[in-house]
Amino acid sequence: MVDSPKFTRREVLIAGASLAAVAPAAPATAQAAAATTLAPGDTALTLQVNGEVHQLLVDSRATLLDTLRERLGLFGTKKGCDHGQCGACTVHVGGRRVLSCLMLAKQAEGKEVTTIEGIAGEDGTLHPVQQAFLDHDALQCGYCTPGQIMSAIACIREGHAGSPDEIREYMSGNLCRCGAYAGIVAAIQQAAMT
Amino acid sequence: MHPFRHLTPTTSAEAIHLLATTPGRPRLLAGGTTLLDLMKLNVEQPELLIDITRISGLREISIDGDTLVLGALVHMSDVADHPVIKRDYPVLSEALWRGASQQIRNMATLGGNLLQRTRCSYFRDTQFACNKRAPGSGCAAIDGGNRGHALLGTSSQCIATYPGDWAVALVAMDASVDTLSPRGQRTIPVAELHRQPGNSPHIDHVLAPDEMIIGTRVPASPLGRASTYLKIRDRESYAFALTSSAVALSMDGNRVRDARIALGGVATVPWRAREAERSLIGKALDETAARLAGALAFAGVQTSPQNAFRVPLGINTLVRALMIAKGRT
Repeated sequence: MVDSPKFTRREVLIAGASLAAVAPAAPATAQAAAATTLAPGDTALTLQVNGEVHQLLVDSRATLLDTLRERLGLFGTKKGCDHGQCGACTVHVGGRRVLSCLMLAKQAEGKEVTTIEGIAGEDGTLHPVQQAFLDHDALQCGYCTPGQIMSAIACIREGHAGSPDEIREYMSGNLCRCGAYAGIVAAIQQAAMT
Repeated sequence: MHPFRHLTPTTSAEAIHLLATTPGRPRLLAGGTTLLDLMKLNVEQPELLIDITRISGLREISIDGDTLVLGALVHMSDVADHPVIKRDYPVLSEALWRGASQQIRNMATLGGNLLQRTRCSYFRDTQFACNKRAPGSGCAAIDGGNRGHALLGTSSQCIATYPGDWAVALVAMDASVDTLSPRGQRTIPVAELHRQPGNSPHIDHVLAPDEMIIGTRVPASPLGRASTYLKIRDRESYAFALTSSAVALSMDGNRVRDARIALGGVATVPWRAREAERSLIGKALDETAARLAGALAFAGVQTSPQNAFRVPLGINTLVRALMIAKGRT
């Protein structure tokens, strides 16, 4: 059997965008040349994400969130409010859950960053919290889910998943506009017991 | 976001030297949870960020004689979950775990938390007049949406609420901050750190432009264990206070020997209610005495039709907090 090429929706969208961008050849070449020059606001940094080391040159304004998504192609981490109010961008830095939208990429240097792409087993076995979210139907649209799961893993590890009330309190930084909270609490209770 | 340079000094001395000698609105960056948010809104436009998170020696929680010493870079979550602080100063732990979300508590530092800016929506939106953001431009809140604005310590220039919880608990516990500037180190009571708006609402606090907080000192107190921080919000968690009370008590039987009361969410600064405290000394602490203290704490409020509901709410919050603290004596 011949493997058919597999594209994610995101890859197709990006490919489409690149084709549009390269149509006028000269400006595209000029852009590429400009990108290799260190501008005054640029910062060189080394990020360790999901066990891989990346050397990058980013604008000093780049948040960890934008760097994960736009530079490393890790689109699992979501941009919701971009102001620290919704929790969709939750990742682990140095083993702790943080908001990647309110952290400059430079501030994550020297610390291990873990995103939703880095939690399943190498053989593809889902993390127990991922499995629990499926078991309890703890999502509808799924946009907040990567942030919910990263937050939940930390919540259990911190020892703050002892009761439904405690889970609600310590998961309050992750909003779900579909209102899947009942399933989310049940999923975290299940995962905390495994 | 306005472009900026990002420097990472490794000592406090280096950080304040940069702060003192660099033009272009330099700002200290620690947890970034207030500063980056305001930079995205163009409310803050620093040309230099002095990232102090690589400085060592500011992350300790220690006991110096009778004093609890908390480094400026200690994270909120570390203090909220600290077993000794939970036992000896529940008011401090509760003020922290009832503030923000766990993600933000893992990022935000104790020093930065003290200096967080107001959540006034007109301050946060550059389209509106705001004397705190743009001195002399006016105040859109006084005749605008001011349901959450301050009732105490306001002026004709500004009614922005001080949004924090931690500083309110610290004021109740007579805590102070240690600061460092090119002129050396000094200690400032937290109760004197923040400024009421008066005619210069753009100046939030008494620190010099080249001065940084390096730690917080909380004196040991017999009132610590019988203390609480009660916070009332529009939703049960992860919201700023509509009203809050930090209360600490020591009792002789049913009579109050000493009392500390500070109010949050209702004033332009963390608000110590000393007359309310005095009214309780020597009295049996029952609902009547607690209500009288509440009335004294909120005497002198300036209200609007939108925010007047927070006066009775604030009194009820204080009465309940006093009863919780009494239950811990």
